Amino acid sequence: MHKSKKISTFAQNLTIYNHIVKNIVVRFCGDSGDGMQLTGNMFAQLGAELGHEISTLPDFPAEIRAPQGTLGGVSGFQVELGSEVYTPGDKADVIVAMNAAALKVCTLGSHFNHPQAHFDDEFALYHRHAIVIVDTDSLSDKDLEKAQYHTENPFTELGIPESVQIVPVALTTLTKEALKESGMDNKSVLKCRNMFALGLIYWLFDEPMEKAIHLLEDKFKKKPALITPNTKVMVDGYNYGCNLALNISQIHLDGAPNEAHGTYTSIAGNKATAWGLIAAAQKAGKHLFLGSYPITPATDILHELAARKDMNVMAIQAEDEIAGICTAIGAAFAGDLACTTTSGPGLSLKSEALGLAVMAELPLVVVDVQRGGPSTGLPTKTEQTDLLQALYGRNGECPAVVLAASSSANCFDFAYEACKIALENMTPVVLMTDTYLANGTALWRIPKLAELPDIHPQSVPEELKGHYNPALRDERGVRYWAFPGMEGFEHRNIGLDRDAERGTISTNPENHEKMVRARQAKIAQIAERIPNLQIIKSANPQMSETLLVGWGSTEGHLHAAANELGCDLAQFNYICPLPKNTHEVLSRYKRIVVCELNTGQFATYLRAQFPELPIEQYNEIQGQPFAVERIVNYVKK
Amino acid sequence: MEASQFKSDQYVRFCPGCGDHAICMALQKAMAQIGIPTHQVAVISGIGCSSRMPHYLNTYGFNTIHGRGGAVATGVKTSHPELTVWQMSGDGDCFAIGGNHFIHEIRRNVDLNVCVFNNRIYGLTKGQYSPTSPKGFVSKSSPFGTAERPFIPAQLVLGARGTFYARTLDVDMPTTVDCLVAAQQHKGCSIVECLVNCVIFNNGTHAWIADREQRAEHSIILRHGEKMIFGKNNDKGLAVEIDPVSFVPKIIVVPADDPRVLTHDAHQPDPTLHRLLALMGQDRIENVNAVVENELPIALGVIRNVEEETYDQAVNGQIAAVREQAKAKTFDELTATLESWEM
Repeated sequence: MHKSKKISTFAQNLTIYNHIVKNIVVRFCGDSGDGMQLTGNMFAQLGAELGHEISTLPDFPAEIRAPQGTLGGVSGFQVELGSEVYTPGDKADVIVAMNAAALKVCTLGSHFNHPQAHFDDEFALYHRHAIVIVDTDSLSDKDLEKAQYHTENPFTELGIPESVQIVPVALTTLTKEALKESGMDNKSVLKCRNMFALGLIYWLFDEPMEKAIHLLEDKFKKKPALITPNTKVMVDGYNYGCNLALNISQIHLDGAPNEAHGTYTSIAGNKATAWGLIAAAQKAGKHLFLGSYPITPATDILHELAARKDMNVMAIQAEDEIAGICTAIGAAFAGDLACTTTSGPGLSLKSEALGLAVMAELPLVVVDVQRGGPSTGLPTKTEQTDLLQALYGRNGECPAVVLAASSSANCFDFAYEACKIALENMTPVVLMTDTYLANGTALWRIPKLAELPDIHPQSVPEELKGHYNPALRDERGVRYWAFPGMEGFEHRNIGLDRDAERGTISTNPENHEKMVRARQAKIAQIAERIPNLQIIKSANPQMSETLLVGWGSTEGHLHAAANELGCDLAQFNYICPLPKNTHEVLSRYKRIVVCELNTGQFATYLRAQFPELPIEQYNEIQGQPFAVERIVNYVKK
Repeated sequence: MEASQFKSDQYVRFCPGCGDHAICMALQKAMAQIGIPTHQVAVISGIGCSSRMPHYLNTYGFNTIHGRGGAVATGVKTSHPELTVWQMSGDGDCFAIGGNHFIHEIRRNVDLNVCVFNNRIYGLTKGQYSPTSPKGFVSKSSPFGTAERPFIPAQLVLGARGTFYARTLDVDMPTTVDCLVAAQQHKGCSIVECLVNCVIFNNGTHAWIADREQRAEHSIILRHGEKMIFGKNNDKGLAVEIDPVSFVPKIIVVPADDPRVLTHDAHQPDPTLHRLLALMGQDRIENVNAVVENELPIALGVIRNVEEETYDQAVNGQIAAVREQAKAKTFDELTATLESWEM
């Protein structure tokens, strides 16, 4: 089969001019062994270092290594960079497809398995004016067969519109050429293909190579032998763009970012969460303890904290999810800032122990990095379907604080806030993040510990020595924390209900009601200490009576949608308790559209709190972040 | 210290005649003998009759949820190795619902003192069979007799690479106190299986050895460094014999003055002999209908007591070692190591 034939129909449509754009969406797409996550991350990080805002979306299969070249093994990494970046973008402007399967998945989107599917504006992962860079060496008959093509011409078969600029590059041949004198074996050479593609993308965006090389050296610092060959391939990719003057123009990103002045880095949500916990422990003067069991997509928090022994972090990989939370409860009983990290299935297993922490009134932070459910569900995909579980998924009247982070960077802030609330109010706090925030990266302004809010753990006052019992509360209704090692405060804590005065086991009917209400009141009073709900006002109000409502990770998408619609947005980070002004704010609007990646859990919760409000809901449950366009279309209809 | 210092102000609510009363007193005596101040002791339990124990001890205590005492205790001890941590559990709490935590605290060798009250029945839920009930045992949930093979706790402990295993009996106060003190002195996960009688739902389950008349003939108290002698008249000893056909070693009873009589070595790292000793007399435990010939005495006392690095030492040691070498030790120093830029 002659490759040039397949692409000839597209070459004539390419136009040459220089783009200057405010932001751009790039998607790297290849086999799960092609290093797409690394490539995408390096590109995003360089963008961030050059002063662009970034938002990233890693999108990979649950299988670690699906059979090479198959549709099931396609791994993607999408990044939006520029200014006013709220999301990783609905659709890509530039696609790098490392093989035939990747080309198919990008073109057909979720319809890639449909035998007759063609390019469709709704499902394609790129625009009809996008640039698609494709490795022509990976379009052999065998490659096409593995990716379930039925004809020899993948472009025609996929019905790619002529407006799409296909850029054919013999990535494999060129990479081999670049490394022909390196003495490396074929397999190692092929592993560098991604760097050729990266170099080419750097050329496309006219990025400075000195910084790119510096970044590469940093990424490979633990494998120094790989620095030289990868640098060579990347530079060759860049030069290929310069020298061959591909029939596409370079793209220049313009516009200064909106962020405040400061020192920045790019950070993934899971790492930001881990660092928020570390910062809180140091601020509170507490030892940080993590009990956790590996589970996708939360495991990176365990990895990060296990590596942070320099920060005096004790991270234990427990024998199961239950032991993860129970070791943490043990550490909290002993006076530590204790945490456990998990995803939905793990939260289910931890339910009973979480109830114990509620009953024992111990500070505890539970991070739930949500994924698609129920059961094993979609382990590597994003969803907001654990909200009702976090709020209510325990036996008995069992209130706990529920918070949600709304960007990869503010995972840091809300992890910190979760610790502060737990330590100051002697309660478990469930922090909700999700796959999208956890794996995505964003620009993060690095704070100094001194500028973070003070944390005052609810330590028992010395004058209670000899008179202490675990039921004693302060004027807020928060019990005092005494722990082993403190002389004169010996006591017995329990999961059984306890006497409201003496703290010993009690089954008295009036006492039980009193204790149930005391535990609820303790959570309710936290509303006095959290910030009011702030509306994100539309700069260009066209639908001033409409309010979009969201919670957690959808903030970027809803912000972009609200901008486009000209309506206001209320994004919740505090779920239980809700901010004090919630009702007052919501009642200002005639139309309230609660948008969630579930079937309406927050909408249900809000209706239960405020039955008189006209709560409408918009939901997507596809394991993917929202598409801004679909929200806009729904609200407009 | 005095045993009374370890008594809490709570009324002890075990049933009259329950073996747990004796273990409670033994614990208070042992804790006094060890002499660690009450505020440096934490007693963690799960759910079950035995798990009420923390309420009766004037130390720090935490009566948690069913089966999870081991995991909570692991968290307490690992985060605060300076504390003395006890775990109170029963045959259901430890071997059924909490089985996973039990084997892993032993495997990791967390420095805990674990008392497992084995009455071979679920008492608090009013009389169902447990993982240590003999096969064929009739209970409310096994009206036709159980169809299950029971655990032999010692075998489970050794299988999980246990470093300390002792067995004692509710009615034998001196041995119980000795075992509890030895458990505390042992650095690592110390399992003390306390054979206790449930007077309501499984009365007489350990009568074979609990009965004063029979105890000397049916049991032997093992003491490190002492000859294995037993019997009413101290006329019997234990020796090992290798079966000439199968090469399987087995324990045999010989006259006390036989030169083959073994001397107990609890510190022997190889668990082969400890296992043989711990399994003596267990046939009758496996099956209610067992007809046993040449029955060997049930071993009491500290059967295995070897030292290995503990989990809490290893974890804390690693942190200390990393911190000694680390350049960044605070959050601000950590963020300074990031690839960052000014904007």
